[in-house]
Amino acid sequence: MYSTGKERAIPRLSSVVATVALLLVVAPQAVAVDAYSSDRLEMVRTIEAIAREVGGGATPSVLGMDVLDAMRRTPRHAFVPTYLQSLAYADRPLPIGYGQTISQPYIVALMTDLLRLAPGGRALEIGTGSGYQAAVLAELGHDVYTIEIVPDLAKQAAKRLSELGYDKVRVREGDGYFGWPDAAPFDGIVVTAASQQIPPPLIDQLKPGGRMVIPIGAAFLTQELILVEKLANGTVRTEAVLPVSFVPLTRSQ
Amino acid sequence: MPLLAAVSLLSLAAIAYEILLTRLFSIALWHHFAYMIISLALLGYGASGTFLVFAKHRLLSRFHTSFAALAVSFGVAAIGCYALVRHLPFNPLEIIWDWRQQVHLAAIYLLLAVPFFAAASAIALVLAAWPARIGAVYRADLMGAGLGALGIVAALFVLPPEDCLRIIAAFAFGAAALALYSVGRRPAAFAILLLAVPAALAWPQTSLTPMPSPYKTLSLALNVPGARIVAERTSPLGRLTVVESPHVPLRDAPGLSLASTLMPPEQLGIFTDGEGMTAVTRFGGDFAAVAYLDELTTALPYHLLDRPATLVLGAGGGAQVLQALFHRAPRIDAVELNAQLVDFVRRDFDDFAGHIYAHPAVSVHVAEARSFVEASDARWDLIQVALLDSFASSAAGVQALSESPIYTVEAFQTYLRHLAPGGMLAVTRWLGSPPRDTLKLLATAISALEANGLGSAGERMVLLHNWNTATLLVRNDAFSRDEIALIRRFAAERQFDLAWFPGIRREDTNRYHRMAKPTLFDATAALLGPARSAFVDDYRFDIRPATDDRPFFFQFFRWALLPELATIQSRAGLVYLDSGYLVLALALPQAVAAAAVLILLPLAWLRRAERATRAPGRIRVALYFLAIGLAFLFIEIAFIARFSLFLGHPLSAIAVTLAGFLVSAGLGSGVSRNIATRWPQMAIVLAVAAIATLGTFYALVLPHAFGAMMGLPLAAKSVIAIGLIAPLGFAMGLPFPLGLTRVSESAPALLPWAWGINGCASVIAAVMATLLAMHFGFTALLVLALGLYAAAAFLLGQERRPARSSA
Repeated sequence: MYSTGKERAIPRLSSVVATVALLLVVAPQAVAVDAYSSDRLEMVRTIEAIAREVGGGATPSVLGMDVLDAMRRTPRHAFVPTYLQSLAYADRPLPIGYGQTISQPYIVALMTDLLRLAPGGRALEIGTGSGYQAAVLAELGHDVYTIEIVPDLAKQAAKRLSELGYDKVRVREGDGYFGWPDAAPFDGIVVTAASQQIPPPLIDQLKPGGRMVIPIGAAFLTQELILVEKLANGTVRTEAVLPVSFVPLTRSQ
Repeated sequence: MPLLAAVSLLSLAAIAYEILLTRLFSIALWHHFAYMIISLALLGYGASGTFLVFAKHRLLSRFHTSFAALAVSFGVAAIGCYALVRHLPFNPLEIIWDWRQQVHLAAIYLLLAVPFFAAASAIALVLAAWPARIGAVYRADLMGAGLGALGIVAALFVLPPEDCLRIIAAFAFGAAALALYSVGRRPAAFAILLLAVPAALAWPQTSLTPMPSPYKTLSLALNVPGARIVAERTSPLGRLTVVESPHVPLRDAPGLSLASTLMPPEQLGIFTDGEGMTAVTRFGGDFAAVAYLDELTTALPYHLLDRPATLVLGAGGGAQVLQALFHRAPRIDAVELNAQLVDFVRRDFDDFAGHIYAHPAVSVHVAEARSFVEASDARWDLIQVALLDSFASSAAGVQALSESPIYTVEAFQTYLRHLAPGGMLAVTRWLGSPPRDTLKLLATAISALEANGLGSAGERMVLLHNWNTATLLVRNDAFSRDEIALIRRFAAERQFDLAWFPGIRREDTNRYHRMAKPTLFDATAALLGPARSAFVDDYRFDIRPATDDRPFFFQFFRWALLPELATIQSRAGLVYLDSGYLVLALALPQAVAAAAVLILLPLAWLRRAERATRAPGRIRVALYFLAIGLAFLFIEIAFIARFSLFLGHPLSAIAVTLAGFLVSAGLGSGVSRNIATRWPQMAIVLAVAAIATLGTFYALVLPHAFGAMMGLPLAAKSVIAIGLIAPLGFAMGLPFPLGLTRVSESAPALLPWAWGINGCASVIAAVMATLLAMHFGFTALLVLALGLYAAAAFLLGQERRPARSSA
């Protein structure tokens, strides 16, 4: 039922045998051919259209090609409950149980874009949820560390990610407040768990020049994104980025 | 008389059910969704009129049995339909994404309309059966409703809502039994009375307990391993749930500096209806353990004032009280609305909280914040208005429908008057983006300073913000240069931004917590300058200061934004719509459409019936009942808002005002026949003249008169309120039975139709009243209501033709 393997063949396994085996599975589908591939292309076209429509100011109206490519490859249908698979590529958030959601594709793309990770970067995610955001980051070639507090969600996500071959994603079950000190520092951090606080340990574990993104809002509707930047000198700066650009005045702009 | 008692009992049960449903859905979902669901379900009242147009004759032929059957139907459906609704997988948060949610919502409307339909049909049937006693029947209906409103509020203090549901069902059976008893059918009456027991008790508690949405803050908190509920208590103010989370600390410290590495100690979370967590912080007397309290935006005033006498408005779990103790405030008055919340801190978790509410410096007052200050003679060095609503609910705008008497211009004027020389008012809000709360807060403070005769408002304000909270300081005196230096140091140490202080420059702002442009500074500068009204008019959101007449601080939506929203095709644009407002804006067209169907449906049928009579035209009748249905509710709602402020506690306000209106209107209705006999030509005109005179007089006088009487004890204020409401309510009780009697005499076929129209009008009125009050204020609502009454008098006030020609 789940996608048979990674659609992109990057020989990142240490064992040659395993690499060959993976290539055998994946090679025939190098352009992401599965039952949902056309839905996925359509989803990315929608994301691009939304960005063009609502972007402006701090809200990007053109998203990074690498981000869009990663989303063209990530099998989103494998991250939603079976009964919702037909809606997996619709531009909407979906429930995944435990009061959690998988974000709207446009928001995932926007958050990933805002992180501005250089290739091969190291990313930390607080609030794994379904694991989709982690998978998108892994598709971009990053090392991903992700922490989920709800044990069942953590287990399901770990199993799903490993079955899909996302072995560059490490999932841990527990309190995200303290981050992942062993793997620190990180180039980028995504905090998808609703939070009133920005945990100081996470700021510590962010590399100078690194970025953190925190979506804010009720379930099913992201109202704003808080972008936290740690400058080269270690000072922390935050910026509110809206999913839709805002021009405060109607007449005299 | 037993039949009239049956009408009262059924009406009592129906109104109690309506209020109870609001409570149950507030626990399961959110208050604004509860509001929409119940508004629409009440169209069952309108449907009863439509139904009776067709079924009247059949039902009247076995009148008492029909009444009993309808009452029993209400009793069964009140529990049964609710139990069914509980099982629908309705998620209102998905409603903009998933059409199936709209189907679920429609199913909920229909199911919950059934009990209201049954109760209203029963009462309409009595009106149709006893045309000569319409006034007395309507009196029984209104008096029952008044008692029901009082009774359910009282019952919710002592019983869980599930048990109230059972009692309501039993009451309906009681009404049925009374009806049968009234015609001597004692065995049947007795049998129904016996049936009430299984009908009420057969439902297991688990089938009635509201299931909180998994997306509520409480549900999410309980998903954390180890988190568990340690105490729970309910009252009409909400279900309070205390949660401990031993493995993963709650870490509630809104406004904490990003530069801080301090963390709150262990905390308990208290949730109201599963949302709006307020934390109780463990305190063992060691202030070093709570040093984080000095790293919050709310700590600033303590650095400017030495050991200030402090008033905390919205004490909640006590974080701000602890903060005041931390800063060695010698006298702390803490005001909290919910007595059960205070009890948790003061009794149940007293040791945990370090006895802060029993501290010699602390006095806790259970009261509504605004009226506490209005009634007090004291002065404070610092008035802290705490941040009690949750971050997420604020971002989602769920409070848009709520009146907030603590954030109005008049409220700020009062706070400023209660400051000791040199004292300050500190108000903290979630920052939010694009900025709305903060700008409205600024606009409100500036208006209050000006209204108190204090010029150069910019000299008396400081605005400080973190990445997610903003604290505004306002005072009667100007900030000195030394104070400003202190403020800048405080902010720099904690990496807080200053968006305003006297003498600020644009480059001083937008440093740590940035917006694309220094919007907060620019907006403050604009609000303080000559371009204020142009700025407010042009801003995307409604940031006009809230006033006592328009106390909707959290309503930001402007219809001017709509065309632009429409051009954003993706639903991303919905972030600009506060969900509370969205719900209202959706409920109104739904209600109007459903009402139109219910009103128009029986028209063809009625045309035939009408031809035989020489009655007032159908359109005239329809408009009359529409007008008085709207006007009654408009006036009631406008005065509940006015009296809330006066009476203080919202529950006493609703109990006293609602019951006062309903009971006095009932009394008015009771004498409507005498009035009609005495002044057959002029009865309606006289009633409307009385309403208009009293309404205008109150609108002009009450806001001023109340100020002087704020300090009186609640009992005295309640007597005054009832004394004021009674004559107005009495007069408002007249137009309905007078009109209905006119209709029943000349065109009895129209009677149930008129009843239905009145029911529909009440539903639409409730939703419309909130919308109108938000945009135009309660005074405008009142004026509109008086206009509608005048129109009603014009429509049906004088008999156009010789009366009783068809009798």
